[in-house]
Amino acid sequence: MTDLLPVTVIGGYLGSGKTTMVNHLLRHANGLRLAVLVNEFGELPIDADLIEAEDDDIISIAGGCVCCSFGSDLVGALMEMAKLDPQPDHLLVESSGVAIPSAIVGSLSLLEGFRTDGIVVVADAETVRRSARDKYMSDTVLRQITDANIIILNKTDLVEAPDLEDTERWIKEQNTSVRIIKAEHSAVAPEAVLDSFLGHVAASDRHQHTQNLEVITLTLSAPVDVEDLAQTLANDQNGLVRAKGFATSTSGQKNLIQVVGNRWTITEAPDHMADGIVGLGFKGAISGLDRFQ
Amino acid sequence: MMTETIIYAAEKIITMNPSQPTASHVAVRGDRILAVGSLEELETWGPYTLDTRFADKTLMPGLVEGHAHTMEGMLWRFVYCGFFDRADPDGRIWEGVKTIEAIKARLCEAEAKLTDPDAPLTGWSLDPIYMNNTRVTREDLDQVSTTRPIGILHASGHILNVNSKALELAGLLKTGINNSGMPLGVDGLPTGELFGPETMMPVSIHVGFNQSFIDCDEQGLRDFAKLCVRKGVTTITDLAAGLEPEDVTWMLKVTGEDSYPARIVPLKFFMGATAKDTVDKVVALKERATDRLRLGRIKAVADGSIQGFSARMRWPGYHNGAPNGLWYTAPEQLAELYRLALAADIQVHTHTNGDEATEMVLDTFGPALKEVPSPDHRFTLQHCQLADAAQFRRMDKLGMCVNLFANHHFYWGDEHYRLTVGPERAQRMNACRTALDQGVPMAIHSDAPVTPLGPFFTAWCAVNRLTASGRTQGEHEKIAVSEALFAITIGAAYTLHMDDEIGSIEVGKKADFAVLEDDPTEIGGANLKEVRVWGTVQGGRLFAASDL
Repeated sequence: MTDLLPVTVIGGYLGSGKTTMVNHLLRHANGLRLAVLVNEFGELPIDADLIEAEDDDIISIAGGCVCCSFGSDLVGALMEMAKLDPQPDHLLVESSGVAIPSAIVGSLSLLEGFRTDGIVVVADAETVRRSARDKYMSDTVLRQITDANIIILNKTDLVEAPDLEDTERWIKEQNTSVRIIKAEHSAVAPEAVLDSFLGHVAASDRHQHTQNLEVITLTLSAPVDVEDLAQTLANDQNGLVRAKGFATSTSGQKNLIQVVGNRWTITEAPDHMADGIVGLGFKGAISGLDRFQ
Repeated sequence: MMTETIIYAAEKIITMNPSQPTASHVAVRGDRILAVGSLEELETWGPYTLDTRFADKTLMPGLVEGHAHTMEGMLWRFVYCGFFDRADPDGRIWEGVKTIEAIKARLCEAEAKLTDPDAPLTGWSLDPIYMNNTRVTREDLDQVSTTRPIGILHASGHILNVNSKALELAGLLKTGINNSGMPLGVDGLPTGELFGPETMMPVSIHVGFNQSFIDCDEQGLRDFAKLCVRKGVTTITDLAAGLEPEDVTWMLKVTGEDSYPARIVPLKFFMGATAKDTVDKVVALKERATDRLRLGRIKAVADGSIQGFSARMRWPGYHNGAPNGLWYTAPEQLAELYRLALAADIQVHTHTNGDEATEMVLDTFGPALKEVPSPDHRFTLQHCQLADAAQFRRMDKLGMCVNLFANHHFYWGDEHYRLTVGPERAQRMNACRTALDQGVPMAIHSDAPVTPLGPFFTAWCAVNRLTASGRTQGEHEKIAVSEALFAITIGAAYTLHMDDEIGSIEVGKKADFAVLEDDPTEIGGANLKEVRVWGTVQGGRLFAASDL
């Protein structure tokens, strides 16, 4: 289970800020080795100062990260990624602006060696509602929004507060359980986007992005109904953006629980792992977890 | 020293030049046509050698196929599993297989010849719609072999059937798969039917297909040209190719061989690179173009396919209620591509299948053209199968060309009528009559290997509009034999900006001829697909199909 490469699919329409967010994550990788698959090279997808070396197929980035383009052959590129040695800690797939993120997850599910961490969709706060009414792109944009486990509502600096509230409300109407994280210039807390960052990013670095987010730990002193726990963590009423950790079921089985926004998975885990959940949530809004303590 | 002049005598030369529609002789000097007319008229050009080998043959301009894929040359290494008879590059006719049992028998025969026990067995061109939509499963293919991986690609290219061993090698012979492209049997295991490229790809590499599905190789390109000679084709597109620099190097080598009989027009695929990068690359590629490798064009793709339900449809959508299809390129990306390509004088051909995709491209191209005024751009819509009259009128106003998929109407017309778009729209699919009536320059195509290469067959489809079940579908959209012959010569040449060089037999043009045993203007529209081809003359060089 530990050797499965976690993959986050980053979706969102053209111009929403996906590439900027990828650069932001690379810049704050903090020792995590990220591998990034982008739909296209060309106008440089990676900020020049981050690049250590590049050839036609692969860009090497400071800190052991890499970036490749997949063009029309995503599956082939994923299979190449699986062969990377050393294996990256986390893979980001930045999809094309018209891609349906769940279709990419569908492909991933057919390949050995990967684990889907979740779908993060970047939405342009200024234009997303307009795009969702577009004569041609409406259903594509709506599909991206409904596929999302977490939405990064980007460019919030470009809209007035009431507008922003309307947009948030509108997104919730499309995808009721999704988590919305607001950002300017795609600057989002890395641990909100990637599972692998949770518990990894140094406190000093975390501080600059996470004014409105906080990390909590849930100590589990007794066996629990793991499905109930996972669903509770994924319930948008309880204020968490993501969570992961181990729990022992009432039948004595050790489980790994992973929660990304409204998505949760439970997988069997080795017995020696210590019970406990670490979660990231909206500051002051985390609730409903006491009964598991 | 002056190049020798050869005058060919023919029973009839159909020139496609209205000022001299037919002639008896054509004079060739080097790779070009010196003159066309009677022997007396041609003698005025000075010394010549008279060649009478075509005295009992009909010559037409070398045929032009405006939408094909050179990778067909590679597919013939695999087992042909199609329903209809089809000729391979060596001229062998592979009889169509009509039942699942017959397919298994053919696969078993091929399997027995394989010496490496682990080698995959690969088939292509399967189409169960002609077998009452019988589903082929991994159990069927397991009867051929349980120890080697087997994969059969469907004619549409959108479905792959595999056996249990192939699923096992891909790690997919397991329960718990939740993927709409991979149906499960009652045992919870995949049935071995894989729908869509994203589902096919993880398994296809285990059954002998390369990853890209679009790129050809050296031998494939040679074999592809043999198919061209057998069908009278002297200029053909490859729509689309990756065209990385190293690909271009071997393509130049192969097409530059003295005996290479076709002119290849490869279009670079706009996918996985920015518009600017793509246009810059193609501008550079244009510099490397030769007579037989015409680099310098771009292919874009707006949507998917109608029978794969991935084409983008306007209201009311698919007849069977399937959800709307997929966009492969965003309007903003296409708009940028069109602006940059227009400015750089690079032609773009855009695949649209559904009528909404066509509408989107028209909406996108119009403003780009206004911004970068460009008379005579000849940007072309490829397939464009569901366009209606209003859309053809817009194409006309925007100066666009269209290349309609006439063959599709025969092979899948019944399916479109019954399932995908319903009777009314099925009747107007590939609307050749409307395109011509609205003044849109038009070609017609095979999309080989999706359907077999053969412009006379394609012309027959457009003239008769018969479906595989024998129904006439869309009487109004039929065109005349003369219009169809125009479409497969100068019509297609026009869509490639090559009508000044090829497409008719007249002074100054390339000495490209389709050499025929029958006269297509006399054989009758109902028999057009029966026209027998002796071979071709390409750039003044003779290629007899029987000598390949």
